[in-house]
Amino acid sequence: MGNNRVIEIVVGMFIALGIAALFMLAMKVSNLSSFGTDEGYTITAHFDNIGGLKEKSPVTVGGVHVGQVMAITFDQQRYQAIVSMEINPAYNKLPTDTSASIFTAGLLGEQYISLEPGAEESFLKDGDVLHLTQSALVMEQIIGQFLFSKAGEGSQ
Amino acid sequence: MLGWLQVLGRAGLGFFERLGRGHLFVIRVLAGIPAVLLTPRLVVAQIYSVGVLSLLIIVVSGLNVGMVLGLQMYNTLVDFGAETTLGPVVALSLVRELGPVVAGLLFAGRAGSALTAEIGLMKATEQLSGMEMMAVDPVKRIVAPRFVAGLISMPLLAAMFSAVGILGGYFVGVGLLGIDDGAFWSQMQAKVDLHEDVMNGVIKSVVFGVVISWIAVFEGYDAVPTTEGVSRATTNTVVYASLSVLGLDFVLTALMFGS
Repeated sequence: MGNNRVIEIVVGMFIALGIAALFMLAMKVSNLSSFGTDEGYTITAHFDNIGGLKEKSPVTVGGVHVGQVMAITFDQQRYQAIVSMEINPAYNKLPTDTSASIFTAGLLGEQYISLEPGAEESFLKDGDVLHLTQSALVMEQIIGQFLFSKAGEGSQ
Repeated sequence: MLGWLQVLGRAGLGFFERLGRGHLFVIRVLAGIPAVLLTPRLVVAQIYSVGVLSLLIIVVSGLNVGMVLGLQMYNTLVDFGAETTLGPVVALSLVRELGPVVAGLLFAGRAGSALTAEIGLMKATEQLSGMEMMAVDPVKRIVAPRFVAGLISMPLLAAMFSAVGILGGYFVGVGLLGIDDGAFWSQMQAKVDLHEDVMNGVIKSVVFGVVISWIAVFEGYDAVPTTEGVSRATTNTVVYASLSVLGLDFVLTALMFGS
C-alpha cells in the first residue's frame, strides 16, 4: 500500500510537471502573456514612428539594458505612438530632460529604445513623459531620400 | 516466375492481414477504455513505468538539443548581427518539430519497446491465456491501461522536452554567449503563436502518442510467443513506431504549416 502511494505521488508530480511545461510554453514562449514584472517605474514617450519596436523590446542607456517596453498604443489626437517603458528601479537617477531614440541593433537586428540622459537636476519618476524623442529610421525612407537627392544632383 | 509471384502475393496478403488485425485490435482496446477509466489505479501504475521512468532521458535530451541548437544557430546568426533571433529560432524549431518528433522517437525507444516486451513475455509465458481462463479480458486488464498511459504520457513528455530545450537554448544564448535577456524572450514571444505553433505541436504529440502506443501494444499482443518472437516484436515496435513518427510528422507539418 505504501509503495502504491509513492507511485501515485510520483505520477501526480509527473503530470503536474507536464502541465507546468505546457503552461510555460503558453505563457513564457508564446504571445499569450500580458503580465510583466511589476517592479520598476514606468515612463512614457511619444514617437512619430516606432518602426519595428515591439512590447518587451529592450530599453538601454549607453548600451546598458535598463528596462523594457511595456505597452505600445496609438494616440488618436496627436497621431503619435505612445510607448510606455518600465525602467529597473536601480536606475532612478535619469534626468527629466532625457531623450529617447529608436535604434536598430545591427543591420537586420531588432529595434530598441536608447535613452540619452540630459543635464537637468531633477530625476524621472513613475508616470513621467519624455518630450525629446527621435523616431525609428525606416530603411525605405532613407533609401528614398538618398535616391531623391541623387536624382536632384543629376538634374543640376 | 509463378513462384516469385506467389511469394509477393503472400507477403502482400500477410501485410494487409496484419494491418487489418491491428485495426480490429485497436477497436477492442478503445472499447476497453471505459472499463479502464473505472479503475484508474491500473493506469497510474502504467503512467509511472511509461512516463515517469522516461523522464530522465527526455529531460537530458531536451536540454542537450536546446543547447546545441542555441550554439550552432548563434554561429550563423551572429554574422548577420541577428543573434537576438536565436530565441524564436530555438523556440519554433522545438515547439513545432523537434519537441514532438525527438520526444516521440525517444518514447518509442524507451517506453514502446518496454511495453511490447512486457506484453509479449506475458503472452509467451501464457499469462494472457491464464487470464482468459479466469474470465478476465487481457485486453481490458493489461493492454488498455498501457495504451491510455502512453496516450497521456507522450504529450506531457513532448511539452517537457520543448520547455527544457528552450531553457537550454536560453542558458547557452543568454548565459554563455551574452545575448540580451529581454530581446531573447521578446522576439520569441513576438514570433511564436499559441494556436499556430504551441497547439499544433501538442496535437502532433498526441497523434504520435496514439500511434506509438498502438504499435507497441499490438506488436506485443500479436508477438509469436517464443523468445525469438518477442525479441523480433520489440525490434519491430521501435522501427515501425520511429518510421511512423517521422512519416506522420511530414504529413502533419504539411497540413498544419503548409499553406
